[in-house]
Amino acid sequence: MAKPKIAIFDFACCEGCQLQIVNLEEEILSLLGVADVVEWREAMSEKSDEYDIALIEGSITRMEDEEKLKVIRGKAKVLIALGACAVTGGVNKLKNNFDDFEEVKKCVYGKAAGKPHLRTAVTKAVGEVVQVDYAVPGCPIDRNEFTYIVRSLLMGKKPEIPEYPVCVECKAKGNPCLWQYDQVCLGPIIRAGCGACCPSSGFRCFGCRGYIDNPNVEAARDVINRFGLNLDDLKTKMVLFGSKQEPTIYE
Amino acid sequence: MSNRTVNINVHHVTRIEGHGNIVLNATNGKIEKLQWQVPEAPRFFEAMVRGRSYEDIQIIVSRICGICSISHSLAATKAVENATGIQVSEQTDKIRLLMHYSEQLQSHVLHVGYLVAPDLFGMPSVVPLVAAAPGPVKTIIGLHRLANEWSALLAGRITHPVTLRPGGMTKIPTETQLRELQDRLRQCLPDLKAVADVVLSAAGNLPKFERPTEYVALKDTRTPHYAFYHGEIASTDCAGTVAVNDWKTVANEFVSDQSTSKWAKWHRASYAVGALARFNINAELLSPTAKAVAKMFGLQKGCCNPYFNSVAQIVEAVHVVDTSIELIEELLTRGLKQEAIAVSPKAGKASAAVEAPRGILFHEYEFDRKGNCMSADLCIPTTQNHANIQKDMEKLVPEILDEPQDKIRLKLEMLVRAYDPCVSCSTHMLDVKFVR
Repeated sequence: MAKPKIAIFDFACCEGCQLQIVNLEEEILSLLGVADVVEWREAMSEKSDEYDIALIEGSITRMEDEEKLKVIRGKAKVLIALGACAVTGGVNKLKNNFDDFEEVKKCVYGKAAGKPHLRTAVTKAVGEVVQVDYAVPGCPIDRNEFTYIVRSLLMGKKPEIPEYPVCVECKAKGNPCLWQYDQVCLGPIIRAGCGACCPSSGFRCFGCRGYIDNPNVEAARDVINRFGLNLDDLKTKMVLFGSKQEPTIYE
Repeated sequence: MSNRTVNINVHHVTRIEGHGNIVLNATNGKIEKLQWQVPEAPRFFEAMVRGRSYEDIQIIVSRICGICSISHSLAATKAVENATGIQVSEQTDKIRLLMHYSEQLQSHVLHVGYLVAPDLFGMPSVVPLVAAAPGPVKTIIGLHRLANEWSALLAGRITHPVTLRPGGMTKIPTETQLRELQDRLRQCLPDLKAVADVVLSAAGNLPKFERPTEYVALKDTRTPHYAFYHGEIASTDCAGTVAVNDWKTVANEFVSDQSTSKWAKWHRASYAVGALARFNINAELLSPTAKAVAKMFGLQKGCCNPYFNSVAQIVEAVHVVDTSIELIEELLTRGLKQEAIAVSPKAGKASAAVEAPRGILFHEYEFDRKGNCMSADLCIPTTQNHANIQKDMEKLVPEILDEPQDKIRLKLEMLVRAYDPCVSCSTHMLDVKFVR
């Protein structure tokens, strides 16, 4: 059987998720043994228009990028969204919280706001433009989860990622709950799979992996009430990676 | 006088961070168009941080860059602390510096080993190099792994640190972990030397090109050392230093008609930042081993061959390992203490500067009395290098116009790569100014 061809593309992002592929270190040699990476601008000069699997990093912020993404979708048999910017829109969606984009551009660019190259549209996740077959969440992606998903696909299996919140992994690690240390941690409503790496370092979960499909809103409310905080404290923290996303617990 | 007709259009230079194009049109020896273009999509970070808490700034702006997320996080945390009047302990300062060194090693190994080396050995990427030279490639991977594990120990994970909070660290390593790291750093020095030897064997493929250039980097006059994290702004064009809060008098950002990204200039039409700039300002403060590596390559203070930025990165890689071995000793001698973070931010505005692997980086923020961000202004190393890349190209192309087109193209691509650009970073900040 011919090795599957993988191509890696990026849109508006920090390219930190591609870097996690580089950060596989020696393991990347194993990946190269079972698949051909045919295009990867950040790391290679080789290019190809033929690929089976497209990995997409970054969110979509311009019309021309939507078109480019649709072309990639047309060529790829499998399309994988790589990282928070691609999966949910990530920090780039903070921009969408400002209702008047003209005002935002003027505020940011001053007199130059009208220049054509400064155009920007509502930030979209990849799945808001084309069909996404698989998502690797997180900012950045978790390398182990990435290799698990790629390995599953190469073996013809459907990868499954956690459907439970970060608190589960955090508790299993025996970490003290950060709510007890006055940190507004999003662990109760955010998808696990990261090994609770932030709370394990004493840093609150800020939600980079996105909400679980059925967040336990009541549990989150209980936690807020128990620690004497109001919903606004939670909303403020949810905005970082959770702007304009569904489902939310805003209502 | 050349009568060559050359048309080069590199639409998205590969093996760099972000999107950049090179366009060269020459007819009968006359250069009609020569541009370093940047078409990257802006992301409006400075607008996005408005209204966010002083506690959340680092989380957001770390995402400017995946490769230098530690530098962005450190610059942001320092600037937030400066603006809100938050003090940190000496221990915190030293641990952050040790974290910063880890990123220099990671980024330099990535750049020299994975992105530049293929050019030196005539390969399109590191992938065919694996088959051609498995030994050296594995050594490079091993060093990259070490640098990443070093980052993870101090930053909580490899990319986008999660231990930095205004006022301190949420987690510090144990003394045992630091001792283990110190051992590994000692053991990696021969590997670094081996990589230096491999690069030296192909250093003849670095183009011989020079252009007198102004170099700008941090310099610490109070406690002299090769500065990455402390100090003020220095230039090879003037004596003395400029206070970090006055960085706008250095960068003098301006809009160029031929580029979507801003350009910077100080004493000349452009200036350069990065490893070579730091070397040209602080070389005498390098560790003895790092000095020996510089000598091996014939790299001397005053070098103005931009292709030698990659050599300066190898020299710095040795230096940060040497210096970190000493820094760990210092930390262990002092003894590590668990320090609580207790802060009460005040309203204020201030800047901070750190040396990202690819050059000096400025962050400035203003906060109201509740600690919410009112404005931000960030100046990225690659923004400061764009004009210099263009000026280098303008001198280089007439010198090489008679060479085969492929060779001209390669030298132009190598020039861009030499600056180790982070185009996403630079463009995500482009033209961004608040009108108050």
